[in-house]
Amino acid sequence: MAKSPEEEHPKKAFGWAARDPSGFLSPFNFSRRETGEKDVTFKVLYCGICHSDLHMVKNEWGVSTYPLVPGHEIVGVVTEVGSKVQKFKVGDKVGVGCLVGACDSCDHCAKNNEHLCPQMILTYGAKYHDGTDTYGGYSDVMVANEHYVVRIPDNLPLDASAPLLCAGITVYSPLRYHGLDKPGLHVGVVGLGGLGHVAVKFAKSMGLKVTVISTSINKKKEALEKLGADSFLISRDQNQMQAAMGTLDGIIDTVSAVHPILPLIGLLKSEGKLIMVGAPEKPLELPIFPLIMGRKMIAGSNIGGLKETQEMIDFAAKNNITADIEVIPIDYVNTAMERLVKADVKYRFVIDIGNTLKSG
Amino acid sequence: MAKTPVDEHPQKVYGWAATDSSGILSPFHFSRRDNGDEDVTIKILYCGVCHSDLHTAKNEWGFTFYPVVPGHEIVGVVTKTGKNVTKFKDGDRVGVGVIVGSCKSCECCQQDLENYCPKFVFTYNSLYHDGTKTYGGYSDMIVVDQHYVLRFPDNLPSDSGAPLLCAGITVYSPMKYYGITEPGKHLGVAGLGGLGHVAVKLAKAFGLKVTVISTSPNKETEAIDRLGADSFLLSTDAAKIKAALGTMDYIIDTVSGIHPLGPLLGLLKVNGKLITVGLPGKPLELPILPLALGRKLVGGSDIGGMKETQEMLDFCGKHNITADIELIKMDYINTAMERMAKSDVRYRFVIDVANSISK
Repeated sequence: MAKSPEEEHPKKAFGWAARDPSGFLSPFNFSRRETGEKDVTFKVLYCGICHSDLHMVKNEWGVSTYPLVPGHEIVGVVTEVGSKVQKFKVGDKVGVGCLVGACDSCDHCAKNNEHLCPQMILTYGAKYHDGTDTYGGYSDVMVANEHYVVRIPDNLPLDASAPLLCAGITVYSPLRYHGLDKPGLHVGVVGLGGLGHVAVKFAKSMGLKVTVISTSINKKKEALEKLGADSFLISRDQNQMQAAMGTLDGIIDTVSAVHPILPLIGLLKSEGKLIMVGAPEKPLELPIFPLIMGRKMIAGSNIGGLKETQEMIDFAAKNNITADIEVIPIDYVNTAMERLVKADVKYRFVIDIGNTLKSG
Repeated sequence: MAKTPVDEHPQKVYGWAATDSSGILSPFHFSRRDNGDEDVTIKILYCGVCHSDLHTAKNEWGFTFYPVVPGHEIVGVVTKTGKNVTKFKDGDRVGVGVIVGSCKSCECCQQDLENYCPKFVFTYNSLYHDGTKTYGGYSDMIVVDQHYVLRFPDNLPSDSGAPLLCAGITVYSPMKYYGITEPGKHLGVAGLGGLGHVAVKLAKAFGLKVTVISTSPNKETEAIDRLGADSFLLSTDAAKIKAALGTMDYIIDTVSGIHPLGPLLGLLKVNGKLITVGLPGKPLELPILPLALGRKLVGGSDIGGMKETQEMLDFCGKHNITADIELIKMDYINTAMERMAKSDVRYRFVIDVANSISK
């Protein structure tokens, strides 16, 4: 007979879980494995709320199994390390992002692209090597293989660095992979939310000229004055879009709703690249002529491997890049999810796990 | 008062033109400019029938200015050269492809990418620098700036080499640009028509493994036995498609009909590239999740610049690559267009212009 979540592992754990596709989260007792020889156990202090958490608790992608403990922007302090752990010790500040495992032997894993491994294991909502469900960071403790743990440098505040573990790597990886990281290049960032605002910060630190493209005029001031973008385009303003045609070397499109991409392709210079990091649930319409006439490209990207995630965190630390966050107590999480649906947050909620998640 | 096509230039020319969106072609008298200092005059021997000719004749893309004389896969013989022409002499066998002009000064032109110049001039249905309309190769002669004329390698036949001037460069260019030339890599070619069959031949010459992806089961034997493809995938065979998921490094999509890109994306390996060279008249459906999860890419490509087109011709000369053609007479053109609309040709019609275009 299958063991209950509380019994299947020896270490008691407490978190908040969704029980059904209403997505409503509530207290949940479960358990975590013993610290294996290559494992790192850490007390969770903060966990970012990613839009994926919302999609998953509501089963919007059709892959959720319940009970579901979301959270893959997890930071905390190491409390125990296995006998073969080399990179971490008790007291270290660490984080875990979207992955907690992969096959570790295929070509992709060998090239530090665990996120492309066909057997990658997601931090929550997946099956671990031992066949048990993975539970995420809306919880008090995490146990993870050291390979999937990243160090958080001392100068990065833990709460504001949590979102880097998903939002950060999701925009950093394609900027590097597609060569959109050279000083003087001009990139557009579509959508100014969790992903978008971090993309602006990274791009500016890399020496790029940045244009934010958004549907909301009320984000203009923030974009220019607080985030340091060089210019701002209202995507529905045909005159503005027309004037900007053929000016961008690349675009990072973070919008996850269905939206027209023809105007975005028009903004690209010849050989320009449109990188989709938001994942609309329905296919988009791709006009072929403009793609062909300018030898332009549209590509996708999804998080990044562990080596690159550490590199991203270190880059953020060196350039003092953190997310703009609203820290909330755990019992605010359902309200936060509702506000997230309406994009009513500047720009990421982060749950103060350490101070507010207490088992009943 | 605007001059008529016959009057606007000094040299009288005879060709076939479409005069309305029925696309029906019929005899047409017009004129071409005198041979300028930079120009080469060419007696046209052969002209390939490209699917773009059909799209334009019927105004399917919405920017045709009638009357239109199509034809941009032109092979002929030089009969006159301007005083600044150094690359060609009378009697040379030459080709003219899709463009006959560009600004020559922008970044694209300076990088030999005349095909991406915002001011490039199409061989037909465009406005030339002098403000007059360009007319294509379904005609007895053409006058072209030497920069846009290509030397035909000695061993490349004029008739079966003609389609290389559009179909050939259209698939050669993205193969070079996107790196689809590495021996041992696996390329899928979607659609086995004018573009597709040349793509198979080029890819085999580069040493790639090639799978043809098609909706027509009757193309399988040809694809493998005659064109040298390694395998054939029928798009409607669900079991075979499933077995082929994640096996291709690249796909060149030559299909110009409306088709969903999702199934093709599924055939790509992680980091795979889908290059689209067909020109569907409406947008295609692109699912984003598979693009993101596999870090895949969809790229476009449009013919090639003049330097690269010459390079492609020389490569084909060296490897004996020509198109598979059906030679037709000029007055068969309307039937040929109807057959091409139904993909009833293996794989390109070529008009025997010199022997069949008569006033």
